Amino acid sequence: MNTRGRLWVLIGPPAIVLLAFFVLPMINMGSFSLRQGSFGAARQLWTIEHYRAFAANEAFQRLLLRSTWLALATSLLTVILAYPVAYHLAFKAGGRRMTLMMLLLVPAWTSFLLRILAWKLILGSEGLFSVALQALGLMQEPRPILLYTPTAVVVALVYSWLPFVALPIFAALQRIDVRLLEAAADLGCPPWRAFVRVTLPLSVPGVAAGFFFVFIPTLGEWVTPALVGGADGVMYGNIIQDQFARALNWPMGSLMSLVMLAAMLGLLGLLVGLARLLRLDLEVV
Amino acid sequence: MSGLAVELVGLTKTFGGAKGDEVNVAAVRGVDLGIQAGEFFTLLGPSGCGKTTTLRLIAGFETPTAGEVLIEGRPMSQVPAHRRPVNMVFQNYALFPHLTVAENVAFGPRVRGMARAERDRRVQEALELVRLPDVGRRKPAQLSGGQQQRVALARALINEPAVLLLDEPLGALDLKLRKRMQVELKHLQQEVGITFVYVTHDQEEALAMSDRIAVMNDGMVLQVGTPVEVYERPATRFVADFIGETNFLPAQVALREGDGLWLTLEGGRLLARQPAEALQQGQAVTLALRPEKIDLAPSNAGGLGGVVQEVVYIGTDTRFVVRLASGAQVVARLQNIGERGLGEFGVGDAVTLLCAPADVHVLNN
Ligand SMILES: Nc1ncnc2c1ncn2[C@@H]1O[C@H](COP(=O)(O)OP(=O)(O)OP(=O)(O)O)[C@@H](O)[C@H]1O
Ligand SMILES: [Mg+2]
Repeated sequence: MNTRGRLWVLIGPPAIVLLAFFVLPMINMGSFSLRQGSFGAARQLWTIEHYRAFAANEAFQRLLLRSTWLALATSLLTVILAYPVAYHLAFKAGGRRMTLMMLLLVPAWTSFLLRILAWKLILGSEGLFSVALQALGLMQEPRPILLYTPTAVVVALVYSWLPFVALPIFAALQRIDVRLLEAAADLGCPPWRAFVRVTLPLSVPGVAAGFFFVFIPTLGEWVTPALVGGADGVMYGNIIQDQFARALNWPMGSLMSLVMLAAMLGLLGLLVGLARLLRLDLEVV
Repeated sequence: MSGLAVELVGLTKTFGGAKGDEVNVAAVRGVDLGIQAGEFFTLLGPSGCGKTTTLRLIAGFETPTAGEVLIEGRPMSQVPAHRRPVNMVFQNYALFPHLTVAENVAFGPRVRGMARAERDRRVQEALELVRLPDVGRRKPAQLSGGQQQRVALARALINEPAVLLLDEPLGALDLKLRKRMQVELKHLQQEVGITFVYVTHDQEEALAMSDRIAVMNDGMVLQVGTPVEVYERPATRFVADFIGETNFLPAQVALREGDGLWLTLEGGRLLARQPAEALQQGQAVTLALRPEKIDLAPSNAGGLGGVVQEVVYIGTDTRFVVRLASGAQVVARLQNIGERGLGEFGVGDAVTLLCAPADVHVLNN
């Protein structure tokens, strides 16, 4: 078989999968967002009325903005918390690395729903914080702590993503040749400076992978807010789900999904650009 | 002493053994060395003899188990690696993959806070010094092995260290490039006048480049001397064997004659120059003879006789393996000049081994 033929054998199957499960649904959603209704005759009518409605609906936009902030906060927090964990595993754990890695990963093997529900208990009125505060005399009667707030959503999400972010950062850190750190010391860097100038830049691929791994699904998240977010913790994903499942307004749902996708791509572009700019020259370190 | 760039006093490093480790490796064992300022000093020894560990102890990447490192007379036990006035060229170069060549070279000056304009000028100078003026904007991965090696050198030299530590810097290069870089490195060292502590396991390289060589084995320094000293007057059998090819023959001290000493072996006798240490008559010793210093003559010449067993043509020389009466084999090399060497003796010929007294080296057992 010639090179071109082999190439097609290699990229053929994934190309077909992508076409069937990504490209076609996207086209479908795009076309749905331009229909008047979900069923029957309305489904055959083309209109841009939903675009007008979305543009006029400030509540939707506010929610998208807030969800974006929430997703950003969640990803940043997860990365910040996961980095020391990964760093310890890569450079300091020594012989205990396997054990610690298991301790990190095993909880993640239980169902996602269970882990979120566990937080519902922990933050609830019979939960750890409530009981502790009562025992300390700081609170008189049982009351949920943080439960049904956006903070609870962030806490629960950060908790469930942490191992999945620690792993790519660990992988990136582990690939760093320790001789590079010795070279940095040799050239006059105290340990913190070697970290900033060598370790950190070389771990950027892992950090970026972890960040996007959290950011992308969190922006569209609707299960966690539904369980621990309460009225204030509603996210954009929840109203998309409402459009499909309750309002049965599939065109609006499709449109909102597309807007979210566009917002996500725009933001990612912005972040990548920012990272490039930052990497250009950090004259201070 | 003020002339010493580096002084090692009873330097010892044992790995493991910290928390019930089964293995306990004594990598460096009581090394005493004084390295002069401006010297090209080489640590030479077989793989695993502790060369890298010694270098890392000087650089401060390892803490000595016992003993001390002094640099320019200052004890280094309390000085961390990043404050020591030395720089290292790593065996695998250890260039920063995320930085360009120029940024790599600028790393040291930048850490020390040198102003940008001055820094840029110095970087260009350093790259010119290693004859790579045009690759500053490339990433290390876009350079050949030899070029990377030079960048590593520039990155270290730009800091004008008191001592430059080089760990087999030419190890990854092919033979031709290696030879060329040896010459370049030597010239560079003379040009910048920095003390070089150079690690290699290649004896030819050590002989060609060094002012002095320390021959190491098993964590210990066996002999320190100029290339001529360690080659011509090896202190131990190991040194004689490791540097160049050597024939070892058991012999007995017979009698003194002037400043010479007659030694008897099975199959004849040889005259050696009187060694420095006093030897008893009848004492068993080992003779060390370099193949290229042995001449062959037809068997009627007297002295030490044997029979040619093997003749191998190796271009510049012909290599003869001669079997002595004792059964011991001696290798002799004759240069292929005119009638000498090739074709002069054949397998089965009886020959006499001739060796000038100064070239018969007596090792006390
Ligand atoms: N970090 C370490 N932990 C345990 N043992 C070590 C460590 N580093 C070196 N050793 C051991 O110490 C001894 C000396 O090693 P070293 O690297 O100094 O040898 P070397 O002379 O540089 O050899 P080579 O020519 O192969 O590079 C070896 O037996 C090695 O296995
Ligand atoms: Mg080594």
